[in-house]
Formats: sequence, structure tokens, C-alpha cells
Amino acid sequence: MEMAVTALTWVLLMAGAFFLLTGALGMVRLPDVFTRMHAAGMTDTMGAGLILAGLLVHTLAGGGDLAAVPVRLLLILGFLWFTSPIATHATAKAALSGGVRPFTLAGEGSGAREPAPGEAFSAGQSGEREGGATS
Amino acid sequence: MFAVTAAALLVAMVLAMCRALLGPTAYDRVLALNNIGTKTVVLIAVLGFLNGRPDFLDLAIAYALINFIGTIAVLKYIEYGDLGAPSRPGGEAD
Amino acid sequence: MNRALWLWGILFALWLLLSGHFETLFIVFGLVTCTVAVWVSVRMGVVDRESMPVHLLGRAVAYVPWLVWEVFKSNVRVARIILSPRMRLDPSIVHFRASQATDLGRFIYANSITLTPGTVTTGVTGDDMEVHAIVQSEIDGSEENDMNRRVAVLEGKDPK
Repeated sequence: MEMAVTALTWVLLMAGAFFLLTGALGMVRLPDVFTRMHAAGMTDTMGAGLILAGLLVHTLAGGGDLAAVPVRLLLILGFLWFTSPIATHATAKAALSGGVRPFTLAGEGSGAREPAPGEAFSAGQSGEREGGATS
Repeated sequence: MFAVTAAALLVAMVLAMCRALLGPTAYDRVLALNNIGTKTVVLIAVLGFLNGRPDFLDLAIAYALINFIGTIAVLKYIEYGDLGAPSRPGGEAD
Repeated sequence: MNRALWLWGILFALWLLLSGHFETLFIVFGLVTCTVAVWVSVRMGVVDRESMPVHLLGRAVAYVPWLVWEVFKSNVRVARIILSPRMRLDPSIVHFRASQATDLGRFIYANSITLTPGTVTTGVTGDDMEVHAIVQSEIDGSEENDMNRRVAVLEGKDPK
């Protein structure tokens, strides 16, 4: 029993770490902000979820103060799963309205920022101009 | 095993920090920072278990709240250049 | 009124569980605080079907495990794309029609889409969902329609 619980905790924590690292790798590898959002979503959902589930299993098996710790873990988990899609959606919407063209295989957009209509724009700064300064 | 998980979290945070430094757009940076925040929440929880002090979880809850609000505030500032602006251009303030 | 009682119960349960103190003084503090919070919320008019969707609670018990399993499957799919040496991406923006009747249902559907990696809702106009997909060909089929149907059932539509 003891062995099984330890093994299950290990499996959950390592699976969580795997998704976490894969998501972080995706953050570096993927070509534009929209595709990176999917990688960020991986860390937010499964990475955090599996690690917190591992901690939950560890606590439930270890006895001790049963009320305090599992409730807090579930609260963190629920909060992350509720807010992460909202933050992701807000980023996607802001990026679209900020003029970032999504990367596609056809090569229409490069993930770089394009000038908004009527906005002064110098070629050397493409992508480095932080939006919002002019509005 | 908590130490291994914490190490993985730190490596993932360094990778996300690379993205935050590289950009290229402001939205990449916001996304990376939000992601680092999520990992920080989990890291605080794991460190609490590593040190045998589960009361760290309260800090994790507070950090999760602040991280979400902070991301939304930064996005709003980028989009409108003003935190007090109405949510839609020309719309009513909410 | 019913929803206000639900809110009060949830707040007070949280107070007890998070404080961990069960002395009379702390319980009285909790009672007073929760009552004031609920009273202010009711006066502000923010306790309604959208902010306290307790009528969905029973059906959510069936929906959430399915969603978690769905999130797990698409996590594995996106992980395989990222880890393959040549990332076979085909990102594009596609449109879905949402068949939910209320804004709350559409909100749940849009959040479920965003929660599953590989698809991010970028905009909702009426019943039109604008979704960014990391691999276009993998999502246009049955899966999103399945989610659409399940959210509609969660919202109260009769399952066919």
C-alpha cells in the first residue's frame, strides 16, 4: 500500500514535470504567439494539474491534517483551470486587435506585428514596437 | 521527489524566461510572464511540501489571484494605453 | 434568494476550512463577514444565474470528468507535435457555430475550447466562435461538435 502510494505520487509528479517541460520547450520552439499559446495551455492544464494531483495523493495517503491541505490544493487547481483560459483568450484577442498576423503554412503572417492603420511605422523596429504607446 | 519536481519547474521557468526576453512582440512577453506566474504558483506549493510546511499553500493561492489580475491589467494597458479606459473603444465604461 | 443562500454557504465553508480555527469568536467573525459580503453582493445585484450557476451543479458532475479526459488527450497530441523533430504545424483560424441558448453556455463552451490545448478561442460574436487551431485538420471533425453538444446538454438541453 505504502509502495503503491509512493509510486503513484512519483508517476503523477513526473508526468506533470514532463508536460511542463514539453510546454516550456514549445514556448521556445513554436513560431508565433498564437501557437505558443497552445504550449502555454499545456503547462497551465496538465503540467500544473498533474503535479497538484501528485501532491494531493501524497497528502491524502500521509494522513495528518486532512481538511486544510487538500482543500487548498483543490482551490489552487480549480482557480488555475478557471483563469488560465480567460488569460489566454485575453492575450489572443489583444494580439489580434494589436495587429499580430497569425503564422500560417502559406506564409501570409510571420507572427510579427504589423502597423495599425494610420500609425507611423519604421521598418527597423518591426515587432519590437510595444503596442499601446500611441493609443 | 519534490526536489526533482522543483528542479523541473525551475528549468521550465528558465525556458519561459528566454521567451519573455526574446519577444518579439509584447504579447509573447505577456504570455511568457503569465506562464512563469502559473509555474511559480506550483513551485510555491511544491516547496511547501519539500520543506514540510504546507502552509505555503496559502501563499500559492494569493499568488494565483495576483498573477491573473496582473496579466489582465498588463493586457489592458497594452491594448488601451490606460488602465481607466472603457473596455471597448467608444463604449461605456464598465 | 436561493442563490444568495448558496453563496453564503460556500463562503462560510471556505472560511471554516481555510482558517482551521473553530473557537466561538472566529466562528462569529465568519458569520458576520459572510453575511455582510452576501448582503453587499445582493444589493449590487451581482448574484444571478451567471455569477452563481448552481443550477448547473448536478450536470457539471458528468461534464467535468469528460472535459478533463479530453484535455488530457489533446495535451498528449500537442506534446507529440512539439517533441517531433519537424513540427508538423498547420495553424489557422477556423469558425464554429455554437448551439447553446444562453451567454453562460457559450462562455462555458468557449472556455472549454481554450482549456484544451491545440485550440484557443480568439473571439465570440453571437453564436459564431472564432478559434485558432494549431493543426487545422485535426479539429474540424466530430470532436468540437461533441463538446458543443455536451455543453448544450450541460446547459439544460435534452440529450438526443
